[in-house]
Amino acid sequence: MLQLFLEQALNGLQFGLMLFLLAAGLTLVFGIMDMINLSHGSLYMGGAYLAAAAVERTGSFALGVLGAVAGMIVVGALLERLVLRRFYQRDHLAQVLATFALILIANETVRIVWGPQPVMLNAPEALSGPVEVFGFSYPAYRLLIIGVGLGVAALLYVLVAKTRVGMWVRAGAANREMTEAMGVNVPRLFTAIFALGAALCAVAGALLGPLLAVQVGMGENILILAFVVIVIGGIGSIRGALVGALLVGGVDTLGRALLPTLLRSLASNEVASNLGPALASILIYALMAAVLFWKPQGLFPARA
Amino acid sequence: MHNALRAAALAACLAALPALAADKVKVGFVSTLSGPGAGLGVDIRDGFQLAMKHLGGKLGGLPAEVIVADDQQSPDTTKQVADRFVKKDKVDFMTGIVFSNLMLAVGKPVFDSKTFYISANAGPSQLAGADCNPFFFNVAWQNDNLHEAVGKYVQDQGLKNVILVAPNYPGGKDAMTGFKRFYKGHVADEIYTKLGQLDYAAELAQVRAAKPDALFFFLPGGMGINFVKQFVAAGLSKDVRLFAPGFSADEDVIKAVGAPMLGLFNSSHWAHDLDNAQNKRFVTDFRKEYGRTPSLYASQGYDAALLMDAAVRDSKGRLDDKAAVRKALEAAKFQSVRGAFRFNANHYPVQDYYLRLIRTDAEGRVTNKLMGTIFSKHADAYVGECKMK
Repeated sequence: MLQLFLEQALNGLQFGLMLFLLAAGLTLVFGIMDMINLSHGSLYMGGAYLAAAAVERTGSFALGVLGAVAGMIVVGALLERLVLRRFYQRDHLAQVLATFALILIANETVRIVWGPQPVMLNAPEALSGPVEVFGFSYPAYRLLIIGVGLGVAALLYVLVAKTRVGMWVRAGAANREMTEAMGVNVPRLFTAIFALGAALCAVAGALLGPLLAVQVGMGENILILAFVVIVIGGIGSIRGALVGALLVGGVDTLGRALLPTLLRSLASNEVASNLGPALASILIYALMAAVLFWKPQGLFPARA
Repeated sequence: MHNALRAAALAACLAALPALAADKVKVGFVSTLSGPGAGLGVDIRDGFQLAMKHLGGKLGGLPAEVIVADDQQSPDTTKQVADRFVKKDKVDFMTGIVFSNLMLAVGKPVFDSKTFYISANAGPSQLAGADCNPFFFNVAWQNDNLHEAVGKYVQDQGLKNVILVAPNYPGGKDAMTGFKRFYKGHVADEIYTKLGQLDYAAELAQVRAAKPDALFFFLPGGMGINFVKQFVAAGLSKDVRLFAPGFSADEDVIKAVGAPMLGLFNSSHWAHDLDNAQNKRFVTDFRKEYGRTPSLYASQGYDAALLMDAAVRDSKGRLDDKAAVRKALEAAKFQSVRGAFRFNANHYPVQDYYLRLIRTDAEGRVTNKLMGTIFSKHADAYVGECKMK
């Protein structure tokens, strides 16, 4: 029983850290540029597809991840400069419409280039099996994800808290007009932030590729969860994104694991199996509602 | 008085006119061609189009127009497309739907419009039993059949403790019912997952804790890819034997997963190495045309076209004479890639089911190998409930 709990805890941690990678970029874009970017999930999909293509070309998983990151930085920067820049002054609805169109365009582009069938992206041989941890077998690859996730979180913390660029980012999130007035080159900062968000998405996409099917439309499901995370954590705050992501990851995983068992002791097998997964996904939104009720701006709002 | 007599005479004359032969055949092909389920729909479409090519673009000697539409795996879109096919395009045949929930959503309006639906995949139990309909024909299988075959095989292997995993939708429920119909051992757990669920870590942890002998899963398309990848990564393939119906073990999943699928036993009504002339021609030409080995979905699309061809031919092109077309469809005089083919009273097939194993073939490709026969001339379990004349 303890083993099961530990394994589920690790699963929740892994899922939460991947959500964090997506949520961090999303919260920065929303917090600093005041831009709702629905195409964030498509950047994640792009990262996974580029990684699959790079791994097939070079045979090395590490090169695949690096290739995906490099490619998506370019794509993200171009997207920001050419398209999204025009929408900063527009209202949120226009941004939603525009970025939703980008999702459709991205899906069709991927289908034209790679076809409608899912593509193969497998973990490196050395990590494709389990290792012994806490007395049970846990997939080595998921441990890698946890490691990378924690590493990226640490890097982001150093970047945001200890560097000049990070200072500009925090200033921009707190008060954009004042930051501009203080002489910071805001347009270039925005491009850099967007590119950073795209890089994080690429890492998430490349890392999750071996666990999840790399297919058209893979960004939509996870995008919704990323939005829930940043609403819970507070718009514009990376610390909020981390805490929110871990909360959502934990609640979702433990919910899916424990709810069916709990329900089975209360109702019939079939009812429990029907309700369990459904209730588990509602649990995340119930959590979001509860957090907003207690703290309407999220847990760690960037703006005062 | 005279007018009424004249009207009656005129009506009698018109009624006596035989149905004229049509000058072309219209087929409405609606399937999932976008999103995660697209691989299956595209396969059925490609198999169908290859058959049309082999038939020279004609069905029963009449030029055929095939209208292809995407149902986006949404019941609303499927209903809109079906409406359009029936009311605006006035198609003679409809086919293509992959998912049973979409089939059940459009069934009644299509049948009420007296349009023949040839299912190249979806085979819900409702349409095999109490809701069977003269305008519905299934050229693939009833949803339970492939699961029943796996259940029998697992039972014959003497495996005692089994966990079942399937998504929470009509096809998933049919899967578990079918498996349990022939597996009489102990079912340790029945896990229903969300349709389209991506991460199975929580469920796999439960499987590890339950320590079963075998795991039977039905997760078509992308879901199966995720599940198998995660199952092998979790190291469960060492202790738990994995079984699946052919849906979760065919070319689309193999292409996306690769080596981790080796050693998976699965059931199917068709195998690409089935030894008959029609199948050899189908597989060779499919490989040449599309650059990949056909899946069982493609074989079903191919057979659907051949069935339509036989129906138009045997009803002498009189597509307005619904009774004649129905009789021609029921006779099913076509050369299936499966070999012999015949329909049961409820318009579902009576056929053999085979055991396949995923191995590397002579050319080093990871693919299915035909191992043996599990069921001979097997009918579905719901035909008794069908009251169709």
